[in-house]
Amino acid sequence: MTDTPRYTASEILAILSSRQLKDGQVVFAGVGTPLLAATLAQRLRCPGLTILFEGGVVGAFVEPGKLPPSTNDQRCTKRANMVLGSADVLLLLQRGYVDIGFMGGAQIDQFGNLNSSFIGDPAAPKTRLPGTGGGNDISSLTNMIVAMKHEKRRFVEHVDFITSPGFIRGGTSRAESGLPAGGMFRVITELAVFGFDAETRRMKVLALNPGVSRENVQDNTGFDLVFDEQIAITAPPTEHELETLRMLDPERLFTA
Amino acid sequence: MLNAQVEPYERLRENLSQRDRSLREKVMTLEEAASFVQDGMKVGIGGSTMSRTPMAMIWELVRQRRKNLSCSRAITSTDGDILFGSGVSDHIITSWFAQGILWGLSKVMRRHVEQGLARYEEWSHMAVGMRFRAGGMGVPFLPIRSMLGSGVMDQRPEAKPIDCPFTGEKLLLVPALNPDVALIHVQRCDAYGNAQIDGLQFMDIDLALAANRVILTTERIVSNDQIRRAPDQTKIPFFCVDAVVEVPYGSAPHECFGLYEPMLKHMEAYVGQVNSDPVEGMRDYLERYFYAPKSWNEYLSLIGMEEVLEASQRGRSIYND
Repeated sequence: MTDTPRYTASEILAILSSRQLKDGQVVFAGVGTPLLAATLAQRLRCPGLTILFEGGVVGAFVEPGKLPPSTNDQRCTKRANMVLGSADVLLLLQRGYVDIGFMGGAQIDQFGNLNSSFIGDPAAPKTRLPGTGGGNDISSLTNMIVAMKHEKRRFVEHVDFITSPGFIRGGTSRAESGLPAGGMFRVITELAVFGFDAETRRMKVLALNPGVSRENVQDNTGFDLVFDEQIAITAPPTEHELETLRMLDPERLFTA
Repeated sequence: MLNAQVEPYERLRENLSQRDRSLREKVMTLEEAASFVQDGMKVGIGGSTMSRTPMAMIWELVRQRRKNLSCSRAITSTDGDILFGSGVSDHIITSWFAQGILWGLSKVMRRHVEQGLARYEEWSHMAVGMRFRAGGMGVPFLPIRSMLGSGVMDQRPEAKPIDCPFTGEKLLLVPALNPDVALIHVQRCDAYGNAQIDGLQFMDIDLALAANRVILTTERIVSNDQIRRAPDQTKIPFFCVDAVVEVPYGSAPHECFGLYEPMLKHMEAYVGQVNSDPVEGMRDYLERYFYAPKSWNEYLSLIGMEEVLEASQRGRSIYND
């Protein structure tokens, strides 16, 4: 990172995540960075992006400065095409209508499994975390983008508990577990952009964020990373991206 | 093998046949409606997170010191804290449990679960919905394609993975959930219980159909003529409903679509208080806001006129272009 970054870690997270989305896609977004990044993509490049929320919303178009505090609040419905029951919007994932699931993460492992349930032994947890919400459904049923903070304690070899499945134990274990569709597509952090090896399903570095070295990324990761043969360097956030993001979240609810 | 969790179909039918399902007025007070909820019952809670929470009914159950309720809800917010913290519930079935994403982890939930004082039974969000739906359909289970391969499934012996008899694929059967009583808050209904819901309906229709009793709290009671002018807006039919209670701002400090948004100053103060001391902080909060007020209106006064008005202004703005 530069000495005086022009943007916060949360901001680059939201901006790089938004760049992963394509116009015309149907995206199932969680609250926080995913909601913000999907909304940002809509404003910048993808006017035809359809955002789904688990509270029961199809085609949200969230108002600047009125970010919802959860995906179950009335603000999620602003200018939406449809509201429906929360089980029914989740069933759209099961039927296959959703291109991308987009979530935050508390703890992730080398196969992209996410834990948001327990720190320590689930039978006697050190910390009981909030749990899955729709995370398990989204990650079981579609292709996933995860946006999260990059810390060694969050990037671990094996998660304490699989709340939302990635590639489970790697290889073909996801499909063998009864999840033939979807899987981890990208993980975005303030340090790098990650994909997953097509065979082993282990996490690999696709691109480094501006000013970040391979060593930076490895030092902040609790398992040995695979580096793609040709590592790209991600272009830094543009003024336009930052301005639009700050217009969407002027109170810095999700970009502090 | 019998799953003790699933209500036998005969009993479900028998319960329904015993209910007075005639078109009759059933308006009563919170105190009277609470008599439908007995210690140890399974209670389904409508709305989700901070939205259309039946807070006034929960408030009344806390005041009447109900015990050992097994509660279920799509997603749980401060209502879950209060159910645990007051001792009203020692078991919550839900998919997510914290005060809200803005505030991190709930120290109240953590204390109860980590010290073994209460159980948080975690299912995926869709699984909770399909459990209510199976209950509402009168079938013992529904198959889903999530939770498979996860720790969430491993923690739930109540769910049964199977090989599909048609395709051979792996599926997960989730058991029907038929609460003894459902608590649901709506924008309006008539004296018979025909309930109209604006905006997000969450799992409330399935929940109302699944439950053996439904207590409806409503922002206002309207005439049956008014209901009949827009029957497409009616989401819960009167014959599901056993009690109707008119409670303006009945979800406060949570939101009710189109009327008020969450009262976030109150929520923030609450979270600060209970997360800094989940025992004393919760005790003080319950004493001040739940036990001491003489009425629901007095509870609203304690939240404060300014906060209530501001939440209403934001709530109604959803209809602005």
